Amino acid sequence: MNRYVELKNHQREIYYFRLRLVLSLGFVVVMLLILLLRFFYLQVVRHDYFHTMADSNRIYVVPIVPNRGLILDRNGVVMAQNYSGYTLEIAPSKVADMDALIAELSKLVEITPKDIKRFQKLLTERQTMGTMPIRSQLSDEEVARVSAQQYRFPGVEVKARLFREYPFTDMTSHLIGYVGRINQNDIDQLDEDDVASNYLGSDYIGKTGIEQSYEKDLHGKTGFEQVEVDAGGRAVRVLSRTAPQSGSNLMLTLDAKLQEVAETAFGEYRGALVALDPTNGEVLAFVSKPGYDPGLFIDGIDTETWDELNNSPDTPLNNRALRGQYPPGSTIKPFMALAGLFYGTRSPTHAISDPGYYMLPGSRHQYRDWKAGGHGAVDMFKSIVISCDTYYYGLATEMGIDNMHSYLSRFGFGQKTGLDMEGEVSGLLPSPEWKNKRYQQIWYPGDTVSAGIGQGYNLVTPLQLAYATAILANDGVAFQPHLIREKRPAGGGAVMTEPKQMFDLKIDPENLKLVKSAMEAVTKPGGTAAVASYGATYRMAGKTGTAQVIAIKQGEKYDAKKVSEYNRDHAWFIAFAPADKPRIAMAVLVENGGHGGTTAAPIARKVMDYYLLGKIPQPLPVVTGKAGDQSD
Amino acid sequence: MNARQLKQRLMMNIDPVLLAALGGFALVSLVLLYSASDGNLMRVLAQLGNIAVAFTAMWIVANMPLHYLMRAAFPIYVLGMILLLLVMTPLGVNSHGATRWLNIGVATIQPSELMKLAVPLMMAWYFEKNEATLKLRNYFVAAILLLLPVALIAKQPDLGTAILIGASGFYVLFLAGLSWRIMIGSALAAAASAPFLWSALHDYQRHRILMLLDPSQDALGKGYHTIQGMIAVGSGGILGKGYLNGTQTHLDFLPERTTDFIFAVWSEEFGLIGNLLLLGLYVFVIGRGFIITANASTYFTRLMAGSITLTFFTYAFVNMGMVSGILPVVGVPLPLISYGGTSMLTLMLGFGILMNIQTNKKLVKT
Repeated sequence: MNRYVELKNHQREIYYFRLRLVLSLGFVVVMLLILLLRFFYLQVVRHDYFHTMADSNRIYVVPIVPNRGLILDRNGVVMAQNYSGYTLEIAPSKVADMDALIAELSKLVEITPKDIKRFQKLLTERQTMGTMPIRSQLSDEEVARVSAQQYRFPGVEVKARLFREYPFTDMTSHLIGYVGRINQNDIDQLDEDDVASNYLGSDYIGKTGIEQSYEKDLHGKTGFEQVEVDAGGRAVRVLSRTAPQSGSNLMLTLDAKLQEVAETAFGEYRGALVALDPTNGEVLAFVSKPGYDPGLFIDGIDTETWDELNNSPDTPLNNRALRGQYPPGSTIKPFMALAGLFYGTRSPTHAISDPGYYMLPGSRHQYRDWKAGGHGAVDMFKSIVISCDTYYYGLATEMGIDNMHSYLSRFGFGQKTGLDMEGEVSGLLPSPEWKNKRYQQIWYPGDTVSAGIGQGYNLVTPLQLAYATAILANDGVAFQPHLIREKRPAGGGAVMTEPKQMFDLKIDPENLKLVKSAMEAVTKPGGTAAVASYGATYRMAGKTGTAQVIAIKQGEKYDAKKVSEYNRDHAWFIAFAPADKPRIAMAVLVENGGHGGTTAAPIARKVMDYYLLGKIPQPLPVVTGKAGDQSD
Repeated sequence: MNARQLKQRLMMNIDPVLLAALGGFALVSLVLLYSASDGNLMRVLAQLGNIAVAFTAMWIVANMPLHYLMRAAFPIYVLGMILLLLVMTPLGVNSHGATRWLNIGVATIQPSELMKLAVPLMMAWYFEKNEATLKLRNYFVAAILLLLPVALIAKQPDLGTAILIGASGFYVLFLAGLSWRIMIGSALAAAASAPFLWSALHDYQRHRILMLLDPSQDALGKGYHTIQGMIAVGSGGILGKGYLNGTQTHLDFLPERTTDFIFAVWSEEFGLIGNLLLLGLYVFVIGRGFIITANASTYFTRLMAGSITLTFFTYAFVNMGMVSGILPVVGVPLPLISYGGTSMLTLMLGFGILMNIQTNKKLVKT
């Protein structure tokens, strides 16, 4: 009995056990099906997605930065070039304690407080996952030292790459400009222009001057390399490569030597000089003094140096040639004379009697000539040669501001010249409409009087005045001023810039002949620039001018010795040569230089000597003529 | 003894079908490891050593009289518990935030690994001992025998091992005839206590569970393992990228690719077809285990064989599920394939027991 029960229990037990075993088997099958479905989902349904993920995991597109184009002068002299060197760079995102890291690094390589300040400024300017340079131009020894200890410094890299260099440094700073590290503004602009992809990997972009204006040509086309990388980001092998295309080399219209001559001729003076070839608009020299070392800006400038440059009373960062606005002073007179002849306000032979001042009809206010007592009888020819103010006071009044404005605008006054450099300003050629709009004031007859001698509201840039002079020199036929003579793309084939004729003023040849011969006489004995042109073997024509910095009160006399240096008058000289067939036309401004004839004209002379005769200037004899002979 | 006799003696207690399948796994393991380790032959040789040791251990256990095993169940369990407790003392070795190892002077050992066999062995022995008078109380005691070591191991923390041991013990309980009412009741109780359990979990465990829900949340941190595993599996496609050609594997994107994530290597290089073949191999072994279990003659051997078979399946399922992103990353190797001697040894000891049971199915038949 007992045994029977046990046996039965045993069979039931086996039955239940096998039932549960079958249930387990069912569980196993269900679970296996879940796995299978999962595999099917991952490997078939979403295969494309994961395939792409795996590829993007392993394939990096690495941009290859193109070599930046060189900038050469018209004779092939290098003005901006690249050299290869090493920088010490830090990836901020990989560094926890930057100060400690820099302290450690400075035990290996010299890192000056200036470097650190510059680096910190860079950090605030651009958020990056990449690296930022803390030291450039490492020596071979320094490279070796850092490389040997690199394992200690995650996020620190020594990079070999091309650097931009400007052999002429401050001499061409305002012309060539500089490249600098791409900042957020640049990125936004690149995005806007839809060229951001061409700048992947690029660290630098043109910031000013030619570097900025011709960025598109100089930068080149970025190449790409598809590389397979491992999880640590190390490149394992290259899958494909699209070579970069170097930027175009640019040949300037400028003559580096001429630039140097002009630059040197300024000596310690501040100022600007723009020389053009009047027959085609080529810019031959483009000087703004003082300049600065453009190399300072390439990898970011430290705050201290920046403040020093930015707050200097000499304003070295100001591109005077392009953006400096000054009253043209008496340099406006040849153009006024042409206007007078054009409108018939004056005949060539009509002479006034100059008492040394001018009074508007019905007013007792005296507009003084620069020469007390006056010049006596003055006709148009003489008015230019001796720069008679009284003559032009009357001429302006009789011609009227509207005619004056209309005629002078033909020479480009009050407008941008359209030079191929960014940042040009337009100067100011005043008119009653302008004054009403600007000051909500009516135009007074007195405004016309001062406008007649280029003072008052008139403002010109050296570039503008050079352009107007070139138009005059070229008998009214204007050519677009331009800086690039030739583009030489990396692929070969040079593209010359065709001179672009802007307009022909069709000036009466008789009028031209009169004004030009008067300007030539300016440089002859008796003229305001006689001393500067003494001994010249070519025919030189010019006109002096003075731009007042501070107004002199009625009844007072300007005395250079009594005003501080920065308040002294600016000296102008416009010139072209040879007078009969001009090949060069220019405007020279010497800030606080006083009389155009003494400071500005000698600079023009040296530039012309070199350009026309190939003569390296010798120091001119210091001339201290009587004020009467050399005033404007 | 001539060669034929030797062979006969050697194979006497060995199930040739199971042996063939296990040999298949050994082969797969070596071949795959060569790829996963980027052609590191030393690693392959070391694994060959592991396999040799494990197969020898299997042979020994398969040839052992079955009652030795039963007699050893209690002492081994007690020893395992003592070692587990010792892990919590200063003798325990901490590594990567978990204290799982014990320094015994000459080497460090992982007591939880021993418990993988000791727990089902102890439980099966306990049920066998009380077979005639089985009451609810006995199931309760068996559950305590299970939960004590599981709790200790989960606390180390070693979630993967705790789950596997928990599962192996649960299978014993289930096959021993635990009533459905209690199982369902416990399941409901567990669901109710889930929020409390959540708060008891370690931060890294919570993260792993959260990352399972959305691994992309932290693609470079906590979700990295899962995402890279899924990318490897998914990019393998139907046919795979070919042996030694897995980009995820060979470019270092797969973490732990010789151990816990070795299945991703297989999946990437051999694709869905390869996965089907590998699953087939597992199904074959599990099927054989089921047959052995069904034919086992005693209560003890039935429970033991069933638990070993189902645990082996659980092992494989949890690992593949974790690599393919349907289970959290809990640190369970792919059974018989992942690099490592300990888990290989434990598994093969289990198969030795299984073979032993197969050999003894008729002898002990009542």
